[in-house]
Amino acid sequence: MNILEQYNYWVVVCLMMIGFFIVISHGNLVKKLMGLSVFQTSVFILYTSMGKVSGGTAPILDQAYSVFSNPLPHVLILTAIVVGIATTALGLALVVRINEEYGTIEESEIQQKDDREC
Amino acid sequence: MLTGIYSLLSASFFVVMDAVDVAFTEASVGAGISTILMLSTLTLTGRYENPARHNTTLGLVVVVITGALLIFGTSDMPSFGDLLAPVQQHVGPYYLNQSYEDIGVPNVVTSVLASYRGFDTFGETVVIFTAGIGVLGLLGFTANGNAQYENTVAPMYQHKILRIVSKVLIPPILLFALYVQFHGDYGPGGGFQAGVIFAAAIILYAMLFGVGSAKKVINQPLIQILSALGVLLYGSVGVVSLLNGKNFLDYSVLASDSVAGQHYGILLIELGVGITVTCVMIIIFFTFAGRIDKKHGVAQ
Repeated sequence: MNILEQYNYWVVVCLMMIGFFIVISHGNLVKKLMGLSVFQTSVFILYTSMGKVSGGTAPILDQAYSVFSNPLPHVLILTAIVVGIATTALGLALVVRINEEYGTIEESEIQQKDDREC
Repeated sequence: MLTGIYSLLSASFFVVMDAVDVAFTEASVGAGISTILMLSTLTLTGRYENPARHNTTLGLVVVVITGALLIFGTSDMPSFGDLLAPVQQHVGPYYLNQSYEDIGVPNVVTSVLASYRGFDTFGETVVIFTAGIGVLGLLGFTANGNAQYENTVAPMYQHKILRIVSKVLIPPILLFALYVQFHGDYGPGGGFQAGVIFAAAIILYAMLFGVGSAKKVINQPLIQILSALGVLLYGSVGVVSLLNGKNFLDYSVLASDSVAGQHYGILLIELGVGITVTCVMIIIFFTFAGRIDKKHGVAQ
């Protein structure tokens, strides 16, 4: 009973592990960034699901409602999403530059080229 | 394409959890911007992955162990939707009970974002601005030969229906962005969402009519200055309240009535956030698009 009430964390952990697996098992830098953004979404869901109150409504004050969800996680995540896309764009820009210099975005090939130069 | 659908799904997930503001942001960011950025990076770097993966089994083992430990850890967490969870005990109730008296804005998310935690939001805006500078520094300045490729044929010139439909759609999108910007006090919305929606409209225009003609409408140096001005506007609101002998970003000095002052303050800083977010998103898109144009020019 108690375990089934925490299904939101199960969803978060599953998504987080999918993202984590993509990050560590793929050599392709673009796929790594996609994995990171899946990971990021799982954190967003973790925060917003903690702010949820059963029977509550969106935190916009109105006479008709009395129970609201917690607004604080919403604020944190709302800014985190926009900051997240900005930093992802920065990461993608780095990938594009790496591709221009090395001619590849595979981690192992970049490592080989680096080793050859040393 | 899948990332766009994924974002839309998680946005509806957020609506179910009462986080309408978050859902709004996720929908506009995920469907509008992140998919385009991923696709343009793939255009620049090549779409096929090297099939030889390494450490797949080891990675799987690590992931399963970590996941199992995390799920074991969640057994101590409060259950979903619990009113007595520690999250609901601290400042959350204060915001819900006091914010209407303190600030007079029905949307608690906006009042927390712009007033109670205005300093944090200032930090976030600076981070976004810095990311914009970073992208420009990495990809923007080496693209000297941009000018000669700007008049290449628009990529979707032959799609007549798409062009006409989006011509009809773009003005309402821009209007909607302005509505979201200025109505953020009363409903879901605010500077972050409005900025992304505004930028999405311009990116739509650039995709259909060519980056060259979009650059004629949107002056590049102007937009770079504007992105800095947004941060400056935000910061100077804080400095004004400092000069009036209050704390940084305490808006009650902006008008004789403290609640009216809060209104002005929130309006101003949301405007700053909106300007910065719009300009940074447009800068990021144009820098990536300029790279693609340059690559095609070299290839020809």
